[in-house]
Amino acid sequence: MNRTVLDLWVGIFVAIGIVALLFLALKVGNLSSAHLSETYVLQARFDNIGGLKVRGPVKSAGVVVGRIVDIKFDTATYEAVVTMDIDGRFRFPKDTFASIYTSGLLGEQFIGFDVGGDEKMLKAGDTVTKTQSAVVLEKLISQFLFNKAAEGQETK
Amino acid sequence: MVLSDDILVDIQDLHFNYDGRPVLQGINMKIPRGKVVAIMGGSGCGKTTLLRCIGGQLRPTGGMVRLEKHRVCEMSQTELYGLRRKMGMLFQFGALFTDMTVFDNVAFPMREHTDLSEAMIRDLVLMKLEAVGLRGAHALMPGELSGGMARRVALARAVALDPMLVMYDEPFAGLDPIALGVIGQLIRKLNDALGATSIMVTHDVHESLMIVDYIYFVSQGRIVAEGTPDEIRASTDPFVHQFVHAEVEGPVHFDYPAPSVVQEFLSGGARG
Amino acid sequence: MTVDRIWRLGFAARFMFAVLRYSGASFRRLPLTLREIYFSGVLSLLIIIVSGLFVGLVLGLQGYETLQRYGSTEALGVLVALSLTRELGPVVAALLFASRAGSSVTAEIGLMKATEQLKAMDMMAVHPIARVVAPRFWGGVISMPLLAALFSAMGVLGGWLIGVVFIGVDDGAFWSQMQSGVDFRYDIWNGVIKSFVFGIAVSLIAVFEGYDSVPTAEGVSRAITRTVVTSALTILALDFVLTSFMFRGTS
Ligand SMILES: Nc1ncnc2c1ncn2[C@@H]1O[C@H](COP(=O)(O)OP(=O)(O)O)[C@@H](O)[C@H]1O
Ligand SMILES: [Mg+2]
Repeated sequence: MNRTVLDLWVGIFVAIGIVALLFLALKVGNLSSAHLSETYVLQARFDNIGGLKVRGPVKSAGVVVGRIVDIKFDTATYEAVVTMDIDGRFRFPKDTFASIYTSGLLGEQFIGFDVGGDEKMLKAGDTVTKTQSAVVLEKLISQFLFNKAAEGQETK
Repeated sequence: MVLSDDILVDIQDLHFNYDGRPVLQGINMKIPRGKVVAIMGGSGCGKTTLLRCIGGQLRPTGGMVRLEKHRVCEMSQTELYGLRRKMGMLFQFGALFTDMTVFDNVAFPMREHTDLSEAMIRDLVLMKLEAVGLRGAHALMPGELSGGMARRVALARAVALDPMLVMYDEPFAGLDPIALGVIGQLIRKLNDALGATSIMVTHDVHESLMIVDYIYFVSQGRIVAEGTPDEIRASTDPFVHQFVHAEVEGPVHFDYPAPSVVQEFLSGGARG
Repeated sequence: MTVDRIWRLGFAARFMFAVLRYSGASFRRLPLTLREIYFSGVLSLLIIIVSGLFVGLVLGLQGYETLQRYGSTEALGVLVALSLTRELGPVVAALLFASRAGSSVTAEIGLMKATEQLKAMDMMAVHPIARVVAPRFWGGVISMPLLAALFSAMGVLGGWLIGVVFIGVDDGAFWSQMQSGVDFRYDIWNGVIKSFVFGIAVSLIAVFEGYDSVPTAEGVSRAITRTVVTSALTILALDFVLTSFMFRGTS
């Protein structure tokens, strides 16, 4: 079998296609950062998760340390149970505080870990006990207005 | 007249319909080994259809085609493909593969069906092309050939695997008298050189009379006359007479079947 | 009329099984398929690269216009990348592929049928579906995802060119926002699956229309038109179905 010019072109074509795929995977997507290390699972319970979404980030000190993989509703306690995949390189103390934050005024919501001082670390499958629910903007605004109105009445 | 094991193709009471319209209505033929047989008839009388029934590309609605000891119409696809390796067919318009060179066209059956080395194939192809006088044209594309050259390349391809049966569908159509004579001689020469049997469909009486061993005349789906060239020349049959002498008036009707003229115009008038 | 359609659909289904059944030769004799990858893939490179670049440029411009009103121009990268990898890459590349490569496959097979080349092949004991149809089908199926990936990559580059080089969005923010917003498995891989499905659909339509065409000049030209129209409708309909399976509003 002889090599032909056609083979060369097909080779170039396939190579370009694969380079494009790699470019998408590594430069455009997050394959370079994610899934490189092992992950472990943590859970957290919230009264209200606001607009939290599956695949949303979990951050600590602003650095992404994991992803939300599942959100469930617990009918026994009427709480939201959030399951997170945390990067295996990072360990957090038992008394870590999980809160739901919003990036910017209208941006996406994420879980932020505020680290405590406990000696013991959270293990795979553990539940973060100390949580703070999402700040619901409507509630905040109505509270603010209510307070203002109350103030106004006092000064009269 | 001939011993039965010398019969290569035996056709008995063959019927074929296209969408219910009868095309072949009871054809009987015996084609002996080693001979060149011509089938003649007007355009549209079902000659191509007959060839394709022999090759197993069309299933007849009745009757039987036997090739050697195989009943063609009852064979499975795989068996048919096995049989067709021993057949060659020249299509009416050549049907050369337009995306391949002349060389690759002739090499096609060899590459598909044999494990010959490329060097061997090259020798064989050039030999076949030499036989049809086109060795020098092996690098051309089919689009660059004249009608007669294309027909000769198709001929070389049809005999590429040295088949035992070669079928030619109108090998003379649209050729000038010289090319016509060349192809006629080639068909005879190849048949004798390969020890093959040839069936040739044509309406060129004079060329055929010179090269064939036996002739069948087909009209309206039936055999209307048959004989050796000498018998045909001497025949007084009105059909044969009309054909051999290219007369307009005679038993052959060149019209497509239709209701009578009176009927058609009257019904048209009633509608309009 | 309706009966005819259903008849044709049934024939198409049987044809599809025949293509799969006779696909062995396309892989055993790789040069056959390589040749078709050349015709459907390599020859589509130019149109895919140029279109991808332009679509990216336009996305960059329009995206910037809109995003700057909300003061979040650094989200331009993620906007361009997501639109391309999820939707525009697979869909537009498939539409271009159908009109560039699909139509020529239909024309080729239709003309081979009209000039009795397929019948001649069958008489030579070579199955036309195995020798002519299957390699063209697989050539298309293999080319399509590569072309779609190339289209998306060129589009991202186009968006970057406009956003970062011409307008002056911050380069770091452009890429980092993109990387944190585009998930490999979820966005890119789903896009690849889409383009693969489109490749199967377009290639199948193209070879079927050619094989089923009326063997005359007019019949072949109608078949080519049908290839382009049917492919376009099928791509868009399939895109809707796939999108609703893949992206169920979870992000
Ligand atoms: N595919 C087809 N469908 C319907 N009718 C056909 C088809 N092919 C040929 N016919 C009809 O069958 C008859 C015989 O055709 P054919 O065998 O090609 O004739 P010829 O003797 O000229 O080779 C013609 O009347 C033709 O109209
Ligand atoms: Mg004919």
